[in-house]
Amino acid sequence: MAKLTLVQAINQALDHEMTRDDRVIILGEDVGKNGGVFRVTEGLAEKHGEHRVQNTPLDESGIIGAAIGLAMAGMRPIPEIQFEGFMGPAYDQIVNHAARYRARSRGTVTIPMTIRVPVGGGIHAPELHSDSPEAIYTHSPGLKVVMPCTPYDAKGLLLSAIRDPDPVIFFEPKRVYRSFREEVPEEDYTIPIGEAKVVNDGDDLTVVTWGASVFQCLEAIDGLPDDVSVELIDLRTVDPIDIDCIAESVQKTGRCVVVHEAPRTAGLGAEISALVQERCFLHLEAPVQRVTGFDTIMPYYKLELEYLPDAERIGKGITECLAY
Amino acid sequence: MPRETIYEAKIEYLQILNEDGVLDESEAEGSLTDEQALELYEQMWIYRRFDEIAFKLQRSGRMGTYPQNKGQEANAAGSGLAMQRGVDWVVPCYRENLAMHLHGMPYHQILMHWMGDERGNMIPEGVKMTPLSVPIGTHMLHAAGIGWAMKLRGESGAVITYFGDGATSEGDFHGAMNFASVLQAPVIFFCQNNQWAISVPFEQQMHSRTVAQKALAYDMPTIRVDGNDIFAVYKATKEARERAVNGGGPSFIEGMTYRLADHTTADDARRYRDPAEVEAWAEKDPLIRTRKYLASKGLWDDEKQALLGERAEKIVGEIVKAAEGVEPPRTEDFFDYMFAEPTPELVEQRDTMRTSSIGVNPGQIGLRAQGERV
Ligand SMILES: Cc1ncc(C[n+]2csc(CCOP(=O)(O)OP(=O)(O)O)c2C)c(N)n1
Ligand SMILES: [Mg+2]
Repeated sequence: MAKLTLVQAINQALDHEMTRDDRVIILGEDVGKNGGVFRVTEGLAEKHGEHRVQNTPLDESGIIGAAIGLAMAGMRPIPEIQFEGFMGPAYDQIVNHAARYRARSRGTVTIPMTIRVPVGGGIHAPELHSDSPEAIYTHSPGLKVVMPCTPYDAKGLLLSAIRDPDPVIFFEPKRVYRSFREEVPEEDYTIPIGEAKVVNDGDDLTVVTWGASVFQCLEAIDGLPDDVSVELIDLRTVDPIDIDCIAESVQKTGRCVVVHEAPRTAGLGAEISALVQERCFLHLEAPVQRVTGFDTIMPYYKLELEYLPDAERIGKGITECLAY
Repeated sequence: MPRETIYEAKIEYLQILNEDGVLDESEAEGSLTDEQALELYEQMWIYRRFDEIAFKLQRSGRMGTYPQNKGQEANAAGSGLAMQRGVDWVVPCYRENLAMHLHGMPYHQILMHWMGDERGNMIPEGVKMTPLSVPIGTHMLHAAGIGWAMKLRGESGAVITYFGDGATSEGDFHGAMNFASVLQAPVIFFCQNNQWAISVPFEQQMHSRTVAQKALAYDMPTIRVDGNDIFAVYKATKEARERAVNGGGPSFIEGMTYRLADHTTADDARRYRDPAEVEAWAEKDPLIRTRKYLASKGLWDDEKQALLGERAEKIVGEIVKAAEGVEPPRTEDFFDYMFAEPTPELVEQRDTMRTSSIGVNPGQIGLRAQGERV
């Protein structure tokens, strides 16, 4: 089995689905000959034709708005937004149109579309290239929000997303794009949207996270004393949240730490904390601890590592939650 | 009634200094004097050296991603000089560093920006400029608002805003044009048409034959100029500025140029661009033709060039030293500048560097009560 990076696994999934389903088209800035600024669509224009891997004008609202039209009219568009920081111009199309069409037309107009977006910090990028806006779209009903962090999960989840009858935002943690490889089957397989994964089994405390933070959490857990047993959950999908998986774990451990890159206030940690409180109230030994980005703008890269939850800060959060 | 033509338009193209360094004397009237041309040549040359060194800083790991301006210096130089420093506003994107410099933004701060430091965005006292803008096509609306404010406040002067060909595809571009037009604000929309938006060529960006014609929809005076010709850029900008300060409203200038370098240091243009095209444009380099012109006037020679080279080396060396010599930014900074007065929550997060208020003691209310770093 081939060992692929996250970039390669996503590329393989796109290639696979374009071959299988001729309704699938990719559109976005620089996705054609250049293969996207991260090379995720490399080789696809050559193989499937530039009309199926369409370079678009520099207009995010246009990209998503046009993709909505494509989806309504029988295509399966996969628009790419070059960086999460540039979803702004497309916000209206995503939230006020894509997310609402099915409900407001009582199921007669539907938008099967997968919006791919590189996300997150840690790569020393220019301003507005390092944010984590997943909570904003989770807070908008009518969208599914996926953020896998391993090549295997990315391929399986992307195939599910493309085949999903509703709009899915597929966030790709750019810090992990080329950070490691793993075996990815060439065959067709899917991972259901909304299913979390237990990365590490443990009994003392549950850490819930997703995206690139999974690796910071693994590092933090590695640094804990041997007698501490931590269960690590990678949500993979943040909307819908797999609360059953989280609750089962927290009912066992009695303690929960949520880690994310995005700012804390009204972030997904707040939602998860509320759900845990509802489902696990009598099992909890400590308040749910949040280790997240601060309530500031994402600092420019000289200070980004001070902002992002790292192994040290996560480790401290775990230790304190355990000691409570 | 037979159909009649109710609207007709044309787009003019202005070139004064051609690729061979020959000046069109009749059009040169009202453009740069020879001293100004000399001054701009030196500025462009020093800028080019700055640009090359910035590239090297990135390659040697001393700086992050950097977008080179190479080949587009004449747009920045000619328009920058035509605007009045300290009176007019400059609302830049990121490919007119020389215009920012001419209006008072120190070069070392531009380097600090690309070194990942917000202090590179600090606007010096008395400089009328916004920090360079990363979300493409969005900042031109601010120019419309600034121009509107100047009008409301009865201030004399104008605003110039810079953006690329790709930026004209964004909805906000059209919003900015419409606002400035409806409010007749004193704004100059300066499009640096370098014919590429990363890997997307002009013909894929728009089906329009020129960018300049987009201004027709807003009934705005508009022109395409040779953007590698400081004389044409200066003259068109000066005319637009005069119109703006005399109540004539906004204008549009399309400066035709070419991005001689990769989009940024993170890009590899060989993947999508024919090297022959780059070579052809390299011959139209604004520095080459300006030098030819000055030499033909007896204003430039090899000796002067050698001296300029030495001067540039020294200047750029100092710039790099200044940018690398600043003390590291403080972590507190990203909290302290969020609001005029930080909120209590921000103060707590800053002082504890934590985002959760639970500690080890169940009776504890806040972290500060526990005597952590305050
Ligand atoms: C809103 C937005 N979308 C996408 C990007 C990514 N991006 C940065 S520069 C660029 C191309 C800009 O082209 P153009 O406006 O022609 O300016 P140039 O870089 O050629 O000077 C793109 C797509 C961005 N910075 N902002
Ligand atoms: Mg361009």
